[in-house]
Amino acid sequence: MSTSSNDTPALLDVRDVSKSFGAVQVLRSVSLEVARGEVVTVIGPSGSGKTTLLRCVNFLESYDSGSIRIDGKEVGFRDPGTRQRRSERDLAAMRAETGMVFQSFNLFPHLTAAGNIMLGLRKVRGKSEAEARSIAEHWLGRVGLAHKADSLPAELSGGQQQRVGIARAVAMEPKILLLDEITSALDPELVGEVLAVVRSLAEDGMTMLMVTHEMAFARDASSRIVFMADGGVSAVGPPKEILAAETTNERLRTFLARFRASHF
Amino acid sequence: MGYALNFNLIWRHFDKLWGGLLLSLELAIISIAIGIVIGLVLAVWYVSAGRVVRTIIAAYVEFIRNVPLILLVYLVFYGLPTVVDLAYSAPTSFILTLSVYSGAYLVEVFRSGLEAVPRGQLDAGKAIGLTPWQRLVHVRLPTMLRITLPALSNTFISLFKDTSIASVISVPELTYGAQWINFNTFRIVEVYLVTTAMYLLTGYALLFGLRLVERRFRAAR
Repeated sequence: MSTSSNDTPALLDVRDVSKSFGAVQVLRSVSLEVARGEVVTVIGPSGSGKTTLLRCVNFLESYDSGSIRIDGKEVGFRDPGTRQRRSERDLAAMRAETGMVFQSFNLFPHLTAAGNIMLGLRKVRGKSEAEARSIAEHWLGRVGLAHKADSLPAELSGGQQQRVGIARAVAMEPKILLLDEITSALDPELVGEVLAVVRSLAEDGMTMLMVTHEMAFARDASSRIVFMADGGVSAVGPPKEILAAETTNERLRTFLARFRASHF
Repeated sequence: MGYALNFNLIWRHFDKLWGGLLLSLELAIISIAIGIVIGLVLAVWYVSAGRVVRTIIAAYVEFIRNVPLILLVYLVFYGLPTVVDLAYSAPTSFILTLSVYSGAYLVEVFRSGLEAVPRGQLDAGKAIGLTPWQRLVHVRLPTMLRITLPALSNTFISLFKDTSIASVISVPELTYGAQWINFNTFRIVEVYLVTTAMYLLTGYALLFGLRLVERRFRAAR
């Protein structure tokens, strides 16, 4: 029940992707499309494969079968038929086209806020020091941290670190931004400032695929919601449809009921 | 209790101790520098290599750690030249030995540091499109260095003290100088008191310097 139109090719096209960790199958023939400018949210119980799916999109994890294309280009393999892995140099170049923000921020602890953003701009995009610095300052301003450019991650709050993490990802001008439970490690009072940044990026038309437990945010910010259960896509649709209490999808109903019980 | 301390003879020959201390430091600095190169290269190789290479590197580390340094010094200085046609001076021989010896200890320090770098940081490096080499240089090594600095300081101090072993092959470093003065003046208590103080002060100075480096690393950039 995809609502993205079929006449324009999807920016991200995940087709029949399966993956196992040993005997455990974590992804079961997952298919998913994200159109340019779309914000797609993945929800589901823990262990349903949401994070693994996200990590496959920029090939932090490999997958066993299926194909993932960004802008028509196969991500991890030279040719999905032979499943010949791309060279590390190719993979690095592909990954530069996707941005990722992590649950645990993962800032480089030896670099300042600006330094974290500049590293990719200097080494991957080949920008000059001055150019990289001005881009970093621009994005720090966007996330409300212009005054923290020269602070080390250890000197920042969780919410501030995560905003630097977002700035680091978007400064590379990725085609798509992957957000992996980016507010899960934050104190409740810091969640709002991070979500506000994500919302403003969505308004700018940034294409996003995000995993979150923030249902209210998912409802307000996404064009579509994907519900995953046991490694497979169980339901896809507009937020209103997916989050409706009277859904006929039994697993989704159980998930939402349990979620409401624990969060309200 | 009839022994009266008399340092006059020690001061008369103090140049033996002072020159010895400088040579000790020289031996330590050169050996540690070579050891750092050995340690870094092997540690980086170890964490990215297959089982065969890992086994070989682990064997080198285990061998060195389980054989007394003094034995290695004898082996390299007296043993090696009789097997292969090589001629080298005692200081060169000792530097060779201590380099290989410190390399083994530093492999362990660097390896555990590299393995302690949180995986999330490496993921972040991958995610912005850094190549494996760039991730090593700009993400993994800087973090590893911060993690290992305290252990590194201890290893350096320990290796500095190990230079005293060079006295057994007549390298005129600090301990050898002390022995020379002892044999020639019989002021055994005085000479070893002064020598101990010199090791102690130098060790403290090194530690102080390294702590400053640690603090700088933690504070700036």
